[in-house]
Amino acid sequence: MATVKFDEATRLYPGNDKPSVDKLNIDIEDGEFLVLVGPSGCGKSTSLRMLAGLEEVNAGKIWIGDRDVTNLSPKDRDVAMVFQNYALYPHMTVADNMGFALKIAGVDKGEIRKRVEEAAKILDLEQYLERKPKALSGGQRQRVAMGRAIVRSPQVFLMDEPLSNLDAKLRVQTRTQIASLQRRLGVTTVYVTHDQVEAMTMGDRVAVLKDGILMQCDSPRRMYDHPDNVFVAGFIGSPAMNLLDVDVADGGVKVGGSTVPVERAILDASSGKNITLGVRPEDLELTTEGQGIPVTVDVVEELGADAYIYGSTKAHQHVEADEDAEGERPFIARVDGRKPPKKGETVFLAPKTGHVHAFDASSGQRLGD
Amino acid sequence: MVIKLASAVLAILGGISGAMLLFWILNKLVESLGHRWEDRIKPWAFAGPAILAIGVYLIYPAVVTVQLSFANATSTTYVGLANYKDLLTSSDFLGVLLNNLLWILIVPAGTIVLGLGVAVLADRLRPRGERVTKTAIFLPMAISMVGAATIWRTIYEYQPEGETQTGLLNAVQGLFHAGPTFWYSIETLHLNSLLLMVILIWTQAGYSMVLLSSAIKATPEETIEAARIDGANERRIFFRIIVPQIKGTIITVFITVLIGVMKVFDIVYVTTNGAFNTDVIGRRFYNELFTNGNAGYAATIVVLLMLAITPVLIVQVRHFKAEEAGR
Repeated sequence: MATVKFDEATRLYPGNDKPSVDKLNIDIEDGEFLVLVGPSGCGKSTSLRMLAGLEEVNAGKIWIGDRDVTNLSPKDRDVAMVFQNYALYPHMTVADNMGFALKIAGVDKGEIRKRVEEAAKILDLEQYLERKPKALSGGQRQRVAMGRAIVRSPQVFLMDEPLSNLDAKLRVQTRTQIASLQRRLGVTTVYVTHDQVEAMTMGDRVAVLKDGILMQCDSPRRMYDHPDNVFVAGFIGSPAMNLLDVDVADGGVKVGGSTVPVERAILDASSGKNITLGVRPEDLELTTEGQGIPVTVDVVEELGADAYIYGSTKAHQHVEADEDAEGERPFIARVDGRKPPKKGETVFLAPKTGHVHAFDASSGQRLGD
Repeated sequence: MVIKLASAVLAILGGISGAMLLFWILNKLVESLGHRWEDRIKPWAFAGPAILAIGVYLIYPAVVTVQLSFANATSTTYVGLANYKDLLTSSDFLGVLLNNLLWILIVPAGTIVLGLGVAVLADRLRPRGERVTKTAIFLPMAISMVGAATIWRTIYEYQPEGETQTGLLNAVQGLFHAGPTFWYSIETLHLNSLLLMVILIWTQAGYSMVLLSSAIKATPEETIEAARIDGANERRIFFRIIVPQIKGTIITVFITVLIGVMKVFDIVYVTTNGAFNTDVIGRRFYNELFTNGNAGYAATIVVLLMLAITPVLIVQVRHFKAEEAGR
């Protein structure tokens, strides 16, 4: 068990002029479960592979504990990895798959057997030990891949989208199992996913990457309550946060003809007359006509306890290409499931106090606290 | 020349139209029998000519060969097992069998080791270098055995001492003021046989390389990365992860080359013609039949060869079936 530290770690693929991972700085504590999340091509898998030693580090350093592993080969790093498609050795039995690393390390047969059996017990694989991977289901293969990592008791677990080949139901189950297993074993874990729900539910901390750059690294709660920038605000949370480009007015911002009150601190921090306003669908309340954000309802999704309304409002919206465009912008809100508005109605929605996020319209950085 | 070409074209056209006519007539005949009989007889009507051809040109000669192996040199009287007894007790013929055994032990294995080596090393070259290397290694495949043996004869060629050495090996030796060596005559450790085996390995390495190379490229990269993280070095990854995953291809190559080796004839015929204790079954058969005119011995040799190849063929067919089932 050990800490992990990315220190300005950079990966530039030959022939590219932009690094795939650009000066990544993350300190991971001993026993922590860190999730790297981001859209495809953001550099999350590359970062993980750099830590594994499968990808060269072109600049900066990577530390495991107090060892500088930047130039060590994978076999000398004492890390175990779970691959997206499991990468089980097809010619070996489950037991041999799990014991391979120990065999290479010269551990004696009895000890290997003991440790493989222990891991198999934890993962409920005992009756499959003599089978070949081909004779296992997807979920079982996934567990064998986990077992292969556990058996080694390495300093760090690396997991590269280990659940993406499972069906939805099994994915949710396995998600919980992996998280609780990690807590029990206490091994520092770096976990890559593109699924923000996985990231939020599993990680002690979540690191959001975009275009090779770390956007924010925080606890799931903090990430949700306090996104550092527009990208994180839009990426974390489902359905996504409503982001509108709005003009600053006296004591608030103007949205579709009415003024929405905004904290003084945010208004003071905004340099221009234009900011990006962010409100989560769950942080909105129906209010009286003319008071909040006017939204024309297009679709109502009734989920029982809650209902989501998908509609549109007239405002700027944060669009990088043409920021001043004016027009209909999509808008999502969660309302009481027992008395939802009807399709085609116009409703007025006011953000709950203290749940308004504001970002600089040009830099996308958070304004105020 | 023109007449030859014309008759070739005529033979092709005649053959094809003859076959078409035959099947057309058979079809008509079967159809005239009425529905019930048509369904029953049709498969036989179409497969029949092929079965007949196999019977006449393959099965019948095989049976006759077995029969002749119990007859005397001129196939006039039966001699029982005398031919077998003669051959299997002759130290000369046992030497031939030993030679064949050496070929079997060395050539398929050598071909695979060489093919694997080239495949692995070429894989690390840049794409262009890999293409050029593989083409060069594959080229001998396009040469007939007789051609290959003739090329290697110019390498092993020997002229008496004092004369200009036209053989490559002896010319090189000459540069170091050694030799010349009459390579074909070195019976120590069967070196002369080994030199002949090199020729066959040279021609087969390309085939082995192409199959093994594509198999190596098809092994999932993740299993190699997983092994790397599991602590395996490159040598272990090759023997523990890559080789087991391409085992099926290795067996296929091994069996194919093995069957070729058991039938080897041309190389020995062109180079030593069986002298200096380098003879093999294939050439010995030819010698018995056409030089010594002993049909009994010749047939017996063929039967022994058939007996030896049969188990290999059974293994091969089983292996292919297993490969198909595993897909």
